[in-house]
Amino acid sequence: MNQYIPKGTAKVSARGLDVFYGDKQALHHIDLDIAAGEVTALIGPSGCGKSTFLRCINRMNDLVEGARVSGTLTLDGNDIHDRRLDVVQLRARVGMVFQKPNPFPKSIYENVAYGPRIHGLARDRAELDEIVMNSLEKAGLLAEVESRLSESGTSLSGGQQQRLCIARAIAVNPEVILMDEPCSALDPIATAKVEELIDELRDNYTIVIVTHSMQQAARVSQRTAFFHLGKLIEVGGTEEIFTNPCEPLTQGYITGRFG
Amino acid sequence: MPTILLTLVLLGLASAAYHLGRGKALSVSADGAPLHSLPRYHGYYVALWCGLPALALLVAWTVLEPQALRALMIAALPPELRGLSSQHLSLVVNEVRNVALHGAQPSSAAVAEAARHYTALSATGSWLLTALCAALAVAGLSWGRSRIHADARMRNAVERVVGVALVACSTVAILTTIGIVLSLIFESLLFFEHVPLHAFLFGTEWSPQMAIRADQVGSSGAFGAVPLFAGTLLISAIALAVAVPLGLLSAIYMSEYAQPRFRAVAKPLLEILAGIPTVVYGFFAVLTISPFLRAVGARLGLGIEAESALAAGLVMGIMIIPFVSSLSDDVINAVPQSLREGALGLGATRSETVIQVVIPAALPGIIGGVLLAASRAIGETMIVVMAAGMAANLTANPFAAVTTVTVQIVTLLVGDQEFDSPKTLAAFALGLVLFCVTLALNIVALHIVNKYREKYD
Repeated sequence: MNQYIPKGTAKVSARGLDVFYGDKQALHHIDLDIAAGEVTALIGPSGCGKSTFLRCINRMNDLVEGARVSGTLTLDGNDIHDRRLDVVQLRARVGMVFQKPNPFPKSIYENVAYGPRIHGLARDRAELDEIVMNSLEKAGLLAEVESRLSESGTSLSGGQQQRLCIARAIAVNPEVILMDEPCSALDPIATAKVEELIDELRDNYTIVIVTHSMQQAARVSQRTAFFHLGKLIEVGGTEEIFTNPCEPLTQGYITGRFG
Repeated sequence: MPTILLTLVLLGLASAAYHLGRGKALSVSADGAPLHSLPRYHGYYVALWCGLPALALLVAWTVLEPQALRALMIAALPPELRGLSSQHLSLVVNEVRNVALHGAQPSSAAVAEAARHYTALSATGSWLLTALCAALAVAGLSWGRSRIHADARMRNAVERVVGVALVACSTVAILTTIGIVLSLIFESLLFFEHVPLHAFLFGTEWSPQMAIRADQVGSSGAFGAVPLFAGTLLISAIALAVAVPLGLLSAIYMSEYAQPRFRAVAKPLLEILAGIPTVVYGFFAVLTISPFLRAVGARLGLGIEAESALAAGLVMGIMIIPFVSSLSDDVINAVPQSLREGALGLGATRSETVIQVVIPAALPGIIGGVLLAASRAIGETMIVVMAAGMAANLTANPFAAVTTVTVQIVTLLVGDQEFDSPKTLAAFALGLVLFCVTLALNIVALHIVNKYREKYD
């Protein structure tokens, strides 16, 4: 089983996707559909290509010297690698949360306001305030930071910083949110909060999350895709993958025999 | 024995001591006792005992000998010479030294006698030194060697000496700095006895010519340094106005836009600018920039003088570009890649990312670089001498000739001067002001840079 067509409409769809870094092939012929309104978890051992796949969706791989892509990858049926596509526009539709919290060295308010400002989403200060408050609220951070919006974003704790980064991504009102191991730098309590948040966000956004924690994938996702050595081994409903995987490789990985 | 020869002999003795010590340690360990330290540490230990005390004596002797010889020689002079004023006495001493050392003709029998005495004293001293050094070296050697036994912690002892040597080296650097500052302060105090502090700091007329004879006219000397400060500020401001945009923008290009292969070539090329001697920049200013500016000024109807603050400032600006660009490049590269990805991931363009995220994050470091460049510009002399002239005009007009603090220091000290006239002493007061300003700039710059470093490492 090397591909999976979800019942709903596919938000992101890869067909025969190959990615090369210089001479090294990082992804081999990936066919994968990501359904709208679901959390899809990408799991697999380090270097298996799951982050590479994630970073293709908002073309962050463009920043990597010598990266080449072939095959097709579409967002709502439009080719992401089309020459005529505006990368800046794409990244406004596909937000990203990184492994390490990376708030800008600006105030908490300005961190969230940054995206709306550069995309001109607010006509005046009141609208901007509303977007910022809304996003902080959705990210579950508002109550903690309401009284100190003008303090530096770097003054927050690690978990708060990560939720600030999620608020920052939400503020642009994206359709898809990519999360690259968002909890790997957080303690268990902060991780629980972020996972709770991911679950709430599922209703409004399509979420793709790369994670090293099998428990996390099981807790937050509806679909799970298992990558190994640049190949997509298996994809299916999360419960199915974790209880009754088809492939022996998947079985081996989730039971901790390797990886 | 000449000092150099004596030093060489002592070093030879020390290396012999090393082999003796090492040999003894080897024989101790051959007897079956395990050594605490490796044999070579025993060697170092004995060599240090042999060499260091003797060398220390040699250094102390070399420093103190002239004073001692002078005192002994004066004590032996006939009373009528001894009773002379200190200035005359030092003339006599010089004459005696010339007769004794360079075979000059003595002007009187007393001098000839003193010279003979001096030569004899000097010869005795030399023998005494050689004998003392040799005795110390041999005594040290045998003492060190007597300490060798299996449990001796030679490694630790050598380590202590290494520590002391390092401290001594840094002490030399620190003491030199303190000495320079103190000499500046004392000479400046002498200057401020002639010219009041407020007249120096706030006076607007600079004309340091002093009357050599009492009946000379129009040369009472005016030491108002404001025109110099103003000229320095004007030229430095022009230089920074050139260097900051060019340096910063090229740093941004190098670190954010350029291909690695281009960067590998272009960055060293840019840094060559810092290696060009300032005199060569001076040629460039005088022969190329000044005529060019004059021609352009004539075309536009501006009167640009042959020597102008603008020419000097422009060239100085080019000179300090590497300071700005190199430091900015470093701090821009130190901005974590995750911040760039964060901004790009939100859909920011490259220039939006640079201007709104990368530069603000790197700003403290960039300011530090600019301040270091500024202190370099303020201290620069050669370009200004050649391109901006010597006229102490109090003007904000960049097309006029101005002068700077450093240029005036040079002019004040060049040529035949009495060392106690206000004209000469003024140089030290100017130097003190310059020192204070650049020191403050450096401290502020380093403080800002350090504060920034704590944040991301």
